[in-house]
Amino acid sequence: MELTKGLIAILLTAILTQNFVLSKFLGICPFLGVSKKLNTAVGMSAAVIFVMALATAVTYPINLFLESKELGYLQTIVFILVIAALVQLVEIILKKYIPALYSALGIYLPLITTNCAVLGVVILNVDNGYNFGQSMFNSVGAGLGFMLAMVMFAGVRERMESCDIPKFMRGLPITLVAASLVSVSFLGFTGIVEHIFG
Amino acid sequence: MTQILVPVVLVAAIGLIAGLGLAVASIVFAVPKDEKAEAVREVLPGANCGACGYSGCDGYAAALSKGETTQCNKCTPGGNDVAKQVAAIMGMEAGEITPQVAAVMCCGNSANVEEKLDYSGVRSCKIATQLFGGPKTCVHGCIGFGDCVRVCPYEAIFICDGVARINPDKCRACKLCINTCPRHLIDLFPLDTVKAAVLCVNHDKGAQTRKQCKAGCIGCMKCVKACEHEAVTVENFCAKVDYDKCVGCGKCHEACPVGCIDLYEIRKHF
Repeated sequence: MELTKGLIAILLTAILTQNFVLSKFLGICPFLGVSKKLNTAVGMSAAVIFVMALATAVTYPINLFLESKELGYLQTIVFILVIAALVQLVEIILKKYIPALYSALGIYLPLITTNCAVLGVVILNVDNGYNFGQSMFNSVGAGLGFMLAMVMFAGVRERMESCDIPKFMRGLPITLVAASLVSVSFLGFTGIVEHIFG
Repeated sequence: MTQILVPVVLVAAIGLIAGLGLAVASIVFAVPKDEKAEAVREVLPGANCGACGYSGCDGYAAALSKGETTQCNKCTPGGNDVAKQVAAIMGMEAGEITPQVAAVMCCGNSANVEEKLDYSGVRSCKIATQLFGGPKTCVHGCIGFGDCVRVCPYEAIFICDGVARINPDKCRACKLCINTCPRHLIDLFPLDTVKAAVLCVNHDKGAQTRKQCKAGCIGCMKCVKACEHEAVTVENFCAKVDYDKCVGCGKCHEACPVGCIDLYEIRKHF
């Protein structure tokens, strides 16, 4: 019971209080770039969840190996290498066996292989000393949090399309202002997760 | 020395293994490419407009190469040139495409139609039409908020005095605007021939139409009587020209009391 509570707390923390985009400011590039339309935002987020979970599952044993050889400082470079190669491999296999999933995720997979959010989640797992189960929950939570932020922001941006925005604010300026406002709204979750289980 | 050498060798080895693994995977899991489909795809315009009835240029190319369709002339934006090229690749006969352009069948500009309400909502025809039939007195005519302008992949449509107009030089007859217009005002018009066209789709009775628009078709049947080739018919109080029968003599235009039927000749300048 204690274990499940801990895992759920990690999941909720990653989604709400420590949201990767809105609290840690990782993965801002796809957040601003692909959030114009709801369906591209969902496609991108699905790819992020997939890659984050995959990357965590693969880098966990690699990290154990590196630390046993006292080469922990190689984390970043080895992780990038392994994640990039792995995602390429998965892309090739998907293209062959599951073309439907490939055409849904296809364009977004190579885009996020070297994204800072993906690298960030695996490095943070190591830094926090999570075990395998906790790492997986944290990375799936981070991916879901990314999806939540993307979908919310895509909604905001679609509403902005039909607004009369002053000319000097159109485009990137109003997008950044909106992003910061959405980010502020996530401050409201601070402290919630710690107190959910009493 | 080993402190430097071991990590370098380790990272290089991981890189090598990953690289070799990817190279092997790309051969083992290679997807056979459809060469015919790719050649056809190269020829097609690539606007993905869907005029052919498939999901896009890729869909049409795949359907052709798989033999789902044998018609090479479905790409209306590409016209006869593309049809011939596609037919050459597929080894089939190219059918003829009658050159057409889209035209907006409405002349409800500010001179003919009045505003009945001060609309300040979202500037979308689809939304505006649900509010008392739009801001203009005519509930059948062009609203002028440009849903068609936004959907046109060739930037051929513009709004002129509250009515959408289509630039024939840019229009490729892809029918996207025809399917978008909530009033169904846009229709295909034959190119390079003189034909009579009714620029109105108002199906209300004559007296009611008169209150809505000065240039609306009142269904008086004068054009039907004037036409010697039985090209004009009136259905639901609105005239319609059969472009196949019309010879462009202009007698219907002379007979029309409101001036909504006129002779048109649309040409491409380029």
